[in-house]
Amino acid sequence: MAGKQLLLMDGIHKRFGPLIVSAGVTLDVEENEIHALLGENGAGKTVLMSILCGVLSPNEGQIVFKGRPLKLGSPREAIKHRIGMVHQHFMLVPNLTVAENYVLGQGSPFSMIRDMRAVHARILELSDRYGLDVEPDALVSSLSVGEQQRVEILKVLYHGIELLILDEPTAVLTPQETDRLLHLLRQLVADGKTVIFISHKLDEVMRVSDRVSVMRDAKVVRTVKTSETNARELARMMVGRDVLMDLPRAPLEPGRVVLSVEHLSCDSEAGLPALRDVSFEVRANEIVGIAGVSGNGQSELALALTGLLPVASGNVTLDGTQLAGLSSYEINQVPMAHIPEDRHRMGIVLPLPLTENVILQRFDKPPFSSRGLLDLNEITKQTRDLMRRFKVKASGPGDRIRNLSGGNQQKLVVGRELDRRFDFLLINQLTRGIDIGATELVMHKILEQRGAGKAILLISTELEELFTLSDRILVMYEGRLVGEIPPDRSRLEEIGLLMAGKSPLSAA
Amino acid sequence: MANSESGQPLAVVPQVYGALWRGLLGPLRTIIQPAAAVIVALACGAGLLAFNGYEARAVIDVMVLGVFQDTRSIAEILLKATPLILIGVGLCVAFRCSIWNIGAEGQFYAGAIAATAVGVSFDGLTAWIYVPLVMLAGALAGAAWAAIAGLLKVYFRASEIVTTIMLNYIAIIMTSYLVTGPLRDAPAAYPQSARLVQEAWMPRILPPTRLHIGILVALALAVVMYVFLFRSTRGYALRVVGISPDAARYAGISVPRNIMLSICLSGSMAGLAGAFEIAGVTRRLFQSISPGYGFEGIAVALLANNNPIGAVFSGLLFAILRSGSELMQITAQVPQVLVLVIQGIVILSVVGFAVLRIPSMRPSE
Ligand SMILES: Nc1ncnc2c1ncn2[C@@H]1O[C@H](COP(=O)(O)OP(=O)(O)OP(=O)(O)O)[C@@H](O)[C@H]1O
Ligand SMILES: [Mg+2]
Repeated sequence: MAGKQLLLMDGIHKRFGPLIVSAGVTLDVEENEIHALLGENGAGKTVLMSILCGVLSPNEGQIVFKGRPLKLGSPREAIKHRIGMVHQHFMLVPNLTVAENYVLGQGSPFSMIRDMRAVHARILELSDRYGLDVEPDALVSSLSVGEQQRVEILKVLYHGIELLILDEPTAVLTPQETDRLLHLLRQLVADGKTVIFISHKLDEVMRVSDRVSVMRDAKVVRTVKTSETNARELARMMVGRDVLMDLPRAPLEPGRVVLSVEHLSCDSEAGLPALRDVSFEVRANEIVGIAGVSGNGQSELALALTGLLPVASGNVTLDGTQLAGLSSYEINQVPMAHIPEDRHRMGIVLPLPLTENVILQRFDKPPFSSRGLLDLNEITKQTRDLMRRFKVKASGPGDRIRNLSGGNQQKLVVGRELDRRFDFLLINQLTRGIDIGATELVMHKILEQRGAGKAILLISTELEELFTLSDRILVMYEGRLVGEIPPDRSRLEEIGLLMAGKSPLSAA
Repeated sequence: MANSESGQPLAVVPQVYGALWRGLLGPLRTIIQPAAAVIVALACGAGLLAFNGYEARAVIDVMVLGVFQDTRSIAEILLKATPLILIGVGLCVAFRCSIWNIGAEGQFYAGAIAATAVGVSFDGLTAWIYVPLVMLAGALAGAAWAAIAGLLKVYFRASEIVTTIMLNYIAIIMTSYLVTGPLRDAPAAYPQSARLVQEAWMPRILPPTRLHIGILVALALAVVMYVFLFRSTRGYALRVVGISPDAARYAGISVPRNIMLSICLSGSMAGLAGAFEIAGVTRRLFQSISPGYGFEGIAVALLANNNPIGAVFSGLLFAILRSGSELMQITAQVPQVLVLVIQGIVILSVVGFAVLRIPSMRPSE
């Protein structure tokens, strides 16, 4: 469908100090299409979209929207033209309700008293129409990531849009939620809207988009029709080489039991029962995957294992040491590493430089410190080294981590954790936001650890990741382990049923 | 949660000016903004003076010239700067941990009371023992007073903003009670305590002026606290707690312990300032021993962007303004109320500019 041009971003240049993040980008988007934007971590996708939304102003270039030039660097202008964006990292206020978040920052500061009932009605109407299941009175902090994602999308719809920008919306979603989202995007396009969709998942891009633009090194290198390309070709355009989608995994005999969890139960932060009588073991040389729709107790499992959530009953032992009941400080002393689910909440400290994020758990140990003082030279050296090994793109070790692209932040967290001394590695979402080239790298490093005799627990909402890495997959549903499946892609349907709380036998 | 990949506060400025501002003035900004704050404040002050029928030029001349007149007037500035720097440096530590200690005034009083109690009590001690003892008493009392608010926060989640303000009242009223009752010097007409034993007096470093060793201690502590915050492991942990308690827990850093550490450190510095005021300047305790140093210390820390070295400079600046306003009153006969208004404008504009500059004080994170 050779549609009418809706948007033209022309010759966009953007620098942050010496760092060039847009080097004359040209992007054209047609009316009524789903336009996918692909590119490696740090290629400049988020920056380009922030420029379109007026959040950042470019150093050079122009934007033409519906045939007229757009005033640059003005979020108001973008809102006026009904350009809306759902950000890579959510921008909701956690201790307000959904409806309160929607009215926030709208209208004049003096029109304080609103008809909240009308707001509710409109939310419910839109939620119904697009099947989003958004509850206007729910407190944002009580929602799962998938739910928050829907709240963010509905927020943009609520304010009325022509052009919807989604920055890696599926990174935090389960396959079912992703299906739902892609369906929603199709519905929106049918309603006459246009969508720009950023993702690192090529299968989604192939499924949903009409055209694809690929960014590399701060430029759009090509725009192609989706129907005239394939995933392999897109990957090559992005990375500049062939990417091995399937990693060889050497068969290994699992060794001694490293982590043993017996009858573990605990409550969520909100005080509701979250884990019920969970028992499993992880052995050396073994990667155990945990599959499940998010919100079925996986987050609580990770927090309970690391002492961040009190254990109600049951035992957790690591190499014979009892962990249940220890504080997070004490657990920090046992040989365990943890890649957390929400990097912005826990994994990193946004305003601090890379150096001070690398030392987060080891700041008081050699080589980072001696006699109570930080060894800044050593810290800088190690940070440089880590950036090199994990291909973290930043202007330098002193750059604030908030300036890094989402995928680069994640790479830094993964690298930091793998550098710790551990026997047991807990991973809650490994490749969230990481591009396919880097995914290959990171998965390779995880398999290396497996080969080195480490025990690894991999919690993931991404079945592809689980199939590639795990030796066996446990399925979690409503706080219980409901089944164990070998990582065999032919058993996909069985896993799906278990994740939905159905027994595969009764369904068969 | 907010603004993670977009943090450009100046995006609204037209791009050319934006680039100019960032590229050219960026590095100078740390100096320009406090300076702009002072200039704006002085301009407002001058306007106010003119409006009230004073010769603004002349008043400001008196102020500026008078302040730096001779050794004595410079010593007086340093004397005023001593408590401001001490309190400001201490508050830098508390604020870096996101502990909003508004109680430096009360902690100053607590330190002053303890220093007096110790300073009038012993005979026959040498100054070598007595002087450090008085300092220690002040610091410990300040820390203890602050610790009350810290404990209330850790155990009952009571906001330290509220509790420290309440503790201010208690400390100030307790002082009134003490100097009119138990500690009152019987023969004196005013309610005041007895004079400190001479061995407890702070040694003077620039006779015949009143300048004492307090300023040297304050400068040394500013350096120590800078190293503590930005070079030591404990200071690092404290800053992580201040920015993200969740990340701190994840990293195994104890949040309550760092809350207590930061509030006690800031309290001890304020208490020490109180001890210096007693043993170095007044030598007696009386009712309003602090002319609001504890509150001005907040502005000192904020203007310095919670950097202890910066607090030395902002402390000096506030001391100069204080001396200047005294001169305005005495020499130029400007009524005290007007002087207070001008001082208020200075603090307001300083804090206003600080909010512009310090990301953590802006609504978006
Ligand atoms: N405010 C900023 N200050 C300095 N550098 C920045 C800033 N924002 C982004 N950058 C840099 O710009 C580059 C592009 O970032 P951007 O977030 O657009 O990448 P991306 O393509 O979205 O990557 P990802 O897939 O990881 O999200 C990165 O190298 C990042 O470090
Ligand atoms: Mg991005």
